[in-house]
Amino acid sequence: MINTVYRLRSPRRFEIAFEDVGLSGGVLVRPTHLSICNADQRYYQGTRDIRVLKEKLPMALIHEGIGQVVYDPQGQFRPGDKVVMVPNIPCEEDPCIAENYLRSSKFCGSSADGFLQEYISLSPERLVLLPDGLDPDVAAFTELVSVSVHAVSRFETIAHARRDNIGVWGDGNLAFITALLLKKMLPDSRVHVFGISREKLSDFSFADSARLTTDIPADLQLDHAFECVGGNGSPVAIEQIIGLIRPEGTVSILGVSEYPVPVNTRMILEKGLRLFGTSRSGKTDFRRTVQLYRDYPTIPMYLSRLVGNIVEVNAFPDIKKAFEIDAKKAFGKTILHWNL
Amino acid sequence: MIFAVILAGGTGSRMGSNDMPKQFLEIKGKPIINHTIEKFLPNPRFEKIIVLSPRKWVHHTEEIIRKYTGKTDRIAVIEGGATRNETIMNAIDYIDRNYTLDDDTVIVTHDSVRPFLTHRIIEENIEAALRDGACDTVIPATDTIVEGDGSAITAIPDRRRMYQGQTPQSFKAKLLRDTYRSLSAQEKEILTDAAKILVLKGYQVSLVQGETFNIKITYPYDLKIARSLLEEESHD
Repeated sequence: MINTVYRLRSPRRFEIAFEDVGLSGGVLVRPTHLSICNADQRYYQGTRDIRVLKEKLPMALIHEGIGQVVYDPQGQFRPGDKVVMVPNIPCEEDPCIAENYLRSSKFCGSSADGFLQEYISLSPERLVLLPDGLDPDVAAFTELVSVSVHAVSRFETIAHARRDNIGVWGDGNLAFITALLLKKMLPDSRVHVFGISREKLSDFSFADSARLTTDIPADLQLDHAFECVGGNGSPVAIEQIIGLIRPEGTVSILGVSEYPVPVNTRMILEKGLRLFGTSRSGKTDFRRTVQLYRDYPTIPMYLSRLVGNIVEVNAFPDIKKAFEIDAKKAFGKTILHWNL
Repeated sequence: MIFAVILAGGTGSRMGSNDMPKQFLEIKGKPIINHTIEKFLPNPRFEKIIVLSPRKWVHHTEEIIRKYTGKTDRIAVIEGGATRNETIMNAIDYIDRNYTLDDDTVIVTHDSVRPFLTHRIIEENIEAALRDGACDTVIPATDTIVEGDGSAITAIPDRRRMYQGQTPQSFKAKLLRDTYRSLSAQEKEILTDAAKILVLKGYQVSLVQGETFNIKITYPYDLKIARSLLEEESHD
């Protein structure tokens, strides 16, 4: 079948391409609700390294999205099933290394075409059934939620058992989701959020405290911390975390930075800290995320606060419109209702 | 119930070959008609995909469907009629014989040589046909349309009101058949497509936005474009 693929050719310029997709291979999914990630914006605006852009473009963007199964030659899914698509595509299995860290894995919207396509052909292994009644605009950014779930899941296996006070640095989408999940997944822990925008921090009503980074009480004792800042804010956030955290604490780094970040290794040694990075997520994390939606209906309810702009994509120029709107947003997610 | 009706009646005389109808020419190693059928096959809303072929090509059509697309009972190949509209009537008669033809039975008729149509176009056709009874897929005319008598211009219509017709054209099947049967032989003679059957009798046919790339592969030039669209763009 001839599939229409909407690729970014160069920064701010999309093009239409066609690919022949076999019907006897994977499950054919019709994308319905997509969500723009900051990583997509970096390609769109051309803020990635010029060599990276040259190597990867043209490429269809978007790795956060849900859809409806239209055709499954193996019959594992039924037409109409609502599914979330896992963008990580492992090419091998490893007993020690998770699928999202294997260097051989492909990732839609990074090393393979993303979800800006008429249909997506995926292995049934890369699909997770969504519960009925879930708000599709929230479900659209399940991938981002699964990244936080992955980070918290790894934290559970790495961090020591005293988890009375956990700090979350950042006041953006990832910090919001991570703090929310910590409250649900570790209900006995107190979650403290630190950011730079008073307005954004006021959204973190579920957290035990939400403060400006300039307003941290001197006696606050944090057992562990999550860094969800990224970009230019990473060095300051990590420095502050290392300064505040108690010895033998665990620091989970989630924020993506384009540049190398200097860290105070002397203090890491002195305190015996554990720093671990997390990136992306795998099928297990998607499954756990969807189970959390089922177990805690308040999670999708809180997440709906992140739904910012909703753009109806009915024609090719609407794709560019959506990215331009998203580029101007201060907070929240831009959701595409994919009708192309 | 909704049916796809793939019109493969043409014998390809404009393609410069008298042997092989154009729908059987290959793009990326697969006949054009297979590419077209495969745009309908994944859509679960279609009860059946009815392919209408010239009599002597019916078996060939069945064979290439089996060979390139796979065996499926969702596709039926039947014989077309003498004209485009007679071919569509054959499809409606087939539905009438094998299913229940009621007022809401919809047919989405499509040229077998337009393999670049999209999911959106199909969905909007179904919705428009269910809602309005009939629809036609069009794109705004980019060239000025000139009306002439063979030697001179007789009129230049306002381009803003001009569209280029594509397919699918979708209809409530019973309405289309009843209206077609009510036409005189003279009226039938001036029909260029199925939408005109209803337009002639004053029915409203709504417009669905097509795509510029939803091209009809009619001439060798079109085939070159189609091949370059599909073959050169693949970069994996």
